[in-house]
Amino acid sequence: MSEYVEHSPSGTSVGRVEKQFFTFAADEPLLVESGRSLGPVTLAYETYGRLNASATNAVLVLHALTGDSHAAGYYETSDSKPGWWDLMIGPGKPLDTDRYFIICSNVVGGCMGTTGPASVDPATGRPYGLSFPVITVGDMVQAQKCLIDHLGVGRLLSVVGGSMGGMQVLEWSVRYPDMVRSAVPLATTTKHSALAIAFNEVARQAIMADPAWNGGDYYDGEQPAHGLAVARMIGHITYLSDEAMRQKFDRRLQDRCEISFAFEEADFQVESYLRYQGQKFVDRFDANSFLYVTKAADYFNLESSHGCGSAVAAFAKAQCRFLVASFSSDWLYPTYQSRAMVQAMKKNGLDVSFVELEAKWGHDAFLLPNARLSGMIARFLDRAAADAAKEDARAL
Amino acid sequence: MRYDLSLIASWIDPGATVLDLGCGAGDLLHILTVDKNVRGTGIEREEEKVTRGIEKGLSILHGDIIEEVADYPDGHFDYVILSQTLQQVFEPAVLIREMLRVGRCGIVSFPNFAYYRIRGQLLFRGRAPVSRELPYEWYDTPNIRVITIRDFRRFCRKEGFVIARETAVSTPHHHEQGKMVTFLPNLRASYGMFLLQRKGAQG
Repeated sequence: MSEYVEHSPSGTSVGRVEKQFFTFAADEPLLVESGRSLGPVTLAYETYGRLNASATNAVLVLHALTGDSHAAGYYETSDSKPGWWDLMIGPGKPLDTDRYFIICSNVVGGCMGTTGPASVDPATGRPYGLSFPVITVGDMVQAQKCLIDHLGVGRLLSVVGGSMGGMQVLEWSVRYPDMVRSAVPLATTTKHSALAIAFNEVARQAIMADPAWNGGDYYDGEQPAHGLAVARMIGHITYLSDEAMRQKFDRRLQDRCEISFAFEEADFQVESYLRYQGQKFVDRFDANSFLYVTKAADYFNLESSHGCGSAVAAFAKAQCRFLVASFSSDWLYPTYQSRAMVQAMKKNGLDVSFVELEAKWGHDAFLLPNARLSGMIARFLDRAAADAAKEDARAL
Repeated sequence: MRYDLSLIASWIDPGATVLDLGCGAGDLLHILTVDKNVRGTGIEREEEKVTRGIEKGLSILHGDIIEEVADYPDGHFDYVILSQTLQQVFEPAVLIREMLRVGRCGIVSFPNFAYYRIRGQLLFRGRAPVSRELPYEWYDTPNIRVITIRDFRRFCRKEGFVIARETAVSTPHHHEQGKMVTFLPNLRASYGMFLLQRKGAQG
């Protein structure tokens, strides 16, 4: 996920928001999929809007690979940018904070306030580093469920997310089917393709080849900044598309009229862009955390973990209504992968809507303003809310 | 509301499950959902129409009808509708067989090419017919089939589709109003509408 943050033309901001923390698994550690245990676990999270009396209006937003809990609003009025999905979340926006209670937490293994490899291991008093257990998308969702229970929400109105956030959406729908009323997986897949794994592996190798990485034990000194920057540059290539790159950069030169016949300076705008993105990323992200979250995405395979290798068997557990969307120029999670999950949902008789949106910006399109996507999500949530209200009335 | 759509709606039982093939922006599904409490899904190949349908609160799938219908289990729907789309289908027999596999009943409607006004254009003007029902020139039409009510009956007999109900419709002035045609329907009706069942299926 890159950091395109743009303001929505319609609707206003949710305003000042605060990062909160929830700590659990202190006495009884969280058993993770690899067989190891982890505890205590702290989740950094934010909420926007108010939970209604019957606790039926909660929407869980799941962030992508390098996102965080800061999905909307501003921490300080002086912040230059709002949260990463501010164009979708706020008063009058599709995830309408006047109507819904929006929750977003940082994933386990992350580095934005949630327990991850950069956190201090209470057993040793030193950062976990590589002694942190390898975690999976299933583990992330398991931890999120503890938070949802803690917030007093029995059933989520919807779970919404793109990319690795979409994987968590899918995981929620089959792991806790009773707790999910509707689900919106965007630009995502039920399992990483060899292409997606390959890019992640090159990115991880870039980090591990940096001498500063030191086997993951670098917290006393400098972080492997160069390796992490290269890893991020690789990511950014996969988030765009051939057409997006041609339009954005083509072969235009950066601050020069002629090529330099040298290596230190960036000749082309695309080089300069990637270097800038890499550099910016180093300031906010932990290199070990990047290894863990990319591994979790690579290991994700809904079909093997929930359906003995069959997508149809995996979705047999799901009960909710789905809205699936892919983007025509997304070559990281191409449309055929969304179609495959939709097919498995249909074979189970699930109520599903699917659209491939025409978009030239590649995988990143799900984070960019898109009136069609906004309209569909808004109305899809409306419908879930109407169902919830009907059930509420019947229960009375 | 379009007269042909209101007629289709009148054939559908309240609370039924419906699959609408080539549903456009979901006008018929919307009516069925609101008026008849139907649980429906639509399939449409144009992205813009798909999104408009979903924005109406409907469940719509973006894709090709032949490919999409294949994923459903047998007998999953009460009705499978193919409204004004048959003339664009490459393999009509394959599609209708699939409709009757996933649905208890199929509803098929199409513009009647033997309508007298269409015959007149060919006969008197010597031009490829362009009508309100078939508003395209020969060079830009998406329609690849020329169907008449009589031909469709023959086709059903040959393929073993049981015609459980049939109506011919004329909408001479505008789409919202029309009347049923019982006398010389193949000449006087602009649309044909058929309720189909599998051979051996109970009415």
